[in-house]
Amino acid sequence: MSEPHNKTIAQLSAGLAAGDFSSVELTTHFLDRIKQFDGQLNSFITLTEEQALVQARSADERIAAGSATALTGIPMAHKDIFCTLGVKTSCGSKMLDNFVSPYDSTVVTKLQDAGMVMLGKTNMDEFAMGSSNETSYFGPVRNPWDTERVPGGSSGGSASAVAARLCAAATGTDTGGSIRQPAALTGITGLKPTYGRCSRWGMIAFASSLDQAGPMTQTAEDAAMMLAAMAGFDTKDSTSADRPVDDYVSALGGDIKGLKIGVVKEFMGEGLDAGIAASTQAAIDALTGLGAEVVEVSLPNAHLSVPAYYVVAPAECSSNLSRFDGVRYGHRCEEPKDLEDLYKRSRSEGFGDEVKRRIMIGAYALSAGYYDAYYLKAQRVRQLIAEDFRQAFKQCDLIVSPTSPEGAFKLGEKSDDPVAMYMADIYTIAVNLAGLPGISVPAPMSAGMPVGFQLIGNLFEESRLLNVAHQLQLATDWHQQTPANF
Amino acid sequence: MSLTSDDVEKIAHLARLAVDAAETESLSHDLSNILNLVEQMDAADTEGVEPMAHPMEMSQRLRVDEATESNQRELYMSNAPEAENGLFIVPKVIE
Repeated sequence: MSEPHNKTIAQLSAGLAAGDFSSVELTTHFLDRIKQFDGQLNSFITLTEEQALVQARSADERIAAGSATALTGIPMAHKDIFCTLGVKTSCGSKMLDNFVSPYDSTVVTKLQDAGMVMLGKTNMDEFAMGSSNETSYFGPVRNPWDTERVPGGSSGGSASAVAARLCAAATGTDTGGSIRQPAALTGITGLKPTYGRCSRWGMIAFASSLDQAGPMTQTAEDAAMMLAAMAGFDTKDSTSADRPVDDYVSALGGDIKGLKIGVVKEFMGEGLDAGIAASTQAAIDALTGLGAEVVEVSLPNAHLSVPAYYVVAPAECSSNLSRFDGVRYGHRCEEPKDLEDLYKRSRSEGFGDEVKRRIMIGAYALSAGYYDAYYLKAQRVRQLIAEDFRQAFKQCDLIVSPTSPEGAFKLGEKSDDPVAMYMADIYTIAVNLAGLPGISVPAPMSAGMPVGFQLIGNLFEESRLLNVAHQLQLATDWHQQTPANF
Repeated sequence: MSLTSDDVEKIAHLARLAVDAAETESLSHDLSNILNLVEQMDAADTEGVEPMAHPMEMSQRLRVDEATESNQRELYMSNAPEAENGLFIVPKVIE
């Protein structure tokens, strides 16, 4: 087989259907690549080799029987935040180092039903809290473009694995930028769907009003194929969107002449690296070359999104993570002297520094006497930010911006300064607060490192978002660049 | 907002976290910095703005009150740090 790892899902699917290779051959090829290269990247926490080969054999039978979907037999990886039956599900934490999930999350079930083959579980910032993948209990993930640099986070393992072609695609989750920012920093495509589009059931909760699952792939076309299988109403998730799923793949054909692209004024100025600004402009120019019209839009409250997020997300996290008590599952301390000692020491030993900081900020913001000043205030600011988007979408069909204010930074560069790290998500967080879909696609590289271009759609307009990203990728080759050493 | 070591100890107790003296010091520094970031919100006029708890206008769905799960007690307890006779074991709570 000649380099099938550089093929997209769409190409691999055609190859499987034509009998150019089998899913077992493909799966073995990717497993071999993981063994060869992942020592340098640390993008996987758990490899599920035996299960993968069983799934690949049944995919081959399904293809032979003519009952395959476009995803059947394609090797992929799940972020270790998704519960997987009988497989360790750690969420990047010591707290769950010993947790073997007794059930599959809905997203895992749906992709398995479509016939995808799971190679393993990818590394991530602990409980999805981080923007560099340095907070993982299982060690940092490295960026395949420069292993001295971070891949972004929190879905850093998935991003690094897809970028290094250790799997054809991966799942991620995005609470404040955790799919889009690592996709940007590693040169891949990452989609955060509208809040509620993919079920959260079995996805370990961080901030329940923000968390959303999405695909991380080489191309927008692949993201459309995966989202088609991942999305849908689920009675097991009380905030799942009860509306039909669009045909994302069929929507990829449309031309974009006359489409109004809104460029966010506030995201193109101060704080933006000059090289990234130039790459963003090149991507905008490519869209106008395809017939799109540019208008300037304003999000006057966007500068408040990081402050509001660091109340809303920690408040929800302090509540969600109260379940880790050392009693029913997860880490338990040695020889607790009483119940309070059991809770306190189990949690202190099980959680890392960033998780503790966020739990404490949340506990403080929700404590008696502070609720109005912090949580209620943040919810009002959240409304202002969502209203900014509602106004902007009256003037345009789609909003664009850089995904991240800078490229991949060096390991350790920001790890001692939580607030500096939080600024990595300055262009992505507002999208989560408003519940909108957003995608990051590669723009021209800057200083030898990948750059992400963010497209933001109105609620449930994933079809338009994916089509515009696809048209951009048909007209450019920025998404086809691969790191030389892998 | 600047948090004292005393504040940090109170918050740690609310969050059921054990912190030692060295951690308390670094936490009071880090948490104060985060709160300073958060307090940039104070500059925004939010008078009369409806709080947004959730991205979608939706009401809580209800379902028919019937059992949907089968009993898999042993499976669900297999991750317990300490269990006996189908019960989770914790330190003595009542003397």
